[in-house]
Amino acid sequence: MKYALYPGCTVLGRGRNYEMATREVAKILGIEFVDPDDFECCGFPIKSVHYETFMMMGARNIFAAEQKGLNICTLCSACTGSLTEVNEHLKGHFDEKTMIIAQLKRNGINYRMGRNIAIKHFTKVLYEDIGINEIEKQVKKKFSNLNIAAHYGCHYLKPTDIYINPEDPENPHSLDELIRVTGANSIDYSEKLSCCGAGVLAINEDLAYSIVRPKFQELSRNSTDAMVLICPFCSVMYDDNQKKIEQKFEEKYDLPVLYYPQLLGLALGIDAKLLGLRMNRVSTKALLEKIGT
Amino acid sequence: MTELSPKFKYEVAQEPGGEGIKLCFACGICTASCPIREIDEGYNPRRIIRMVLLGMKQRVLSSDFIWFCSSCYACTERCPQGVKFTDVMNAIKNLAVKAGYIPQAFIQQTQILEQFGRLYEIDEFDNKKRAGFGLPKVEKAKGFTEKIFKITEIEKNIPRNV
Repeated sequence: MKYALYPGCTVLGRGRNYEMATREVAKILGIEFVDPDDFECCGFPIKSVHYETFMMMGARNIFAAEQKGLNICTLCSACTGSLTEVNEHLKGHFDEKTMIIAQLKRNGINYRMGRNIAIKHFTKVLYEDIGINEIEKQVKKKFSNLNIAAHYGCHYLKPTDIYINPEDPENPHSLDELIRVTGANSIDYSEKLSCCGAGVLAINEDLAYSIVRPKFQELSRNSTDAMVLICPFCSVMYDDNQKKIEQKFEEKYDLPVLYYPQLLGLALGIDAKLLGLRMNRVSTKALLEKIGT
Repeated sequence: MTELSPKFKYEVAQEPGGEGIKLCFACGICTASCPIREIDEGYNPRRIIRMVLLGMKQRVLSSDFIWFCSSCYACTERCPQGVKFTDVMNAIKNLAVKAGYIPQAFIQQTQILEQFGRLYEIDEFDNKKRAGFGLPKVEKAKGFTEKIFKITEIEKNIPRNV
């Protein structure tokens, strides 16, 4: 199983722990990553201000993978949504694809018309391509004493009409199942499907922080051991900014926030250091002690 | 209410993603589902749609609140009419930019992308750190993003800070 790995800007800039854990987990599960040197920003940050540019940025990254005959595996849910939206659009609009290729060519960027590829979030690669049963065979440690709060985020699930195999966005299950395969309990909670607010962080910090607060409040009330998420944007809000949010509202949450591949990696018996668990902002020390790592 | 532009809704509908605006029958499930509305009542999807349909072009395009959408797609998923309000908001924001209204954050982001091809520069220092953690080297971006910005003439709509 071979994918072109598309880490995206935020993982490269702020999510080294996510990338490390992903690569370690992939090695054990037989997922091979190729790292093309011509991927750039997916275009998501430009979508709301210049749609034509967004479309061309996404298309060019897709063409780069098409030339290599590789499907793309994404780590960031915003990249996943953007690239999927553009990819599905181009699949249905051959004329537009031809036009963008010609426009790029006139400006010295040469791509041939390639065979269509698929875009897949790493979590879906685990869930659909590898599957819960195969993962279970590789699990070496079970964490039955852990209560984990799954955070799906928005773009991993929505908008459902761009995804080939969408989940019910009001009742998703892939991440819960992936958490349960580590032996941990994936808790039910009312703020489970809430938005992380990162989309407005650059526009209105107070608004963004107010959006994440109820989730923190609920999870500290019901003594959750950790939150598990799958998008570096969400992680910026819940892990990187947790201290700031605690200060702003004069509350204390102390909630460790893990990327899913970090949790899975621990269950697969991978050393915590190789999973970048020391890089998580909120200390994971007590959590690791609780599971005897 | 002095200056109304009755054709504004057609302008929005012609932008990519804006097509659905005319389907709205004002049930308000977008507003009820919106996490931003829950915190800040100044942002109200149903009201924004009404304002567009009524032709309040200036008020909408020059407002701060159109930039508050977090792009969570909750409204899009629940809308019984298929309005796809998240996409409609993108259409409105694209029109606002063409009319000269753009938050500073987007001007900065555009400049960073033009310069580095990514939202964060990955330099030699980062690559040394990456090597220490067993991660492969990240090559400097090859200027594709910058070239695309030239092709689409993005600077006509998004000014540069000087």
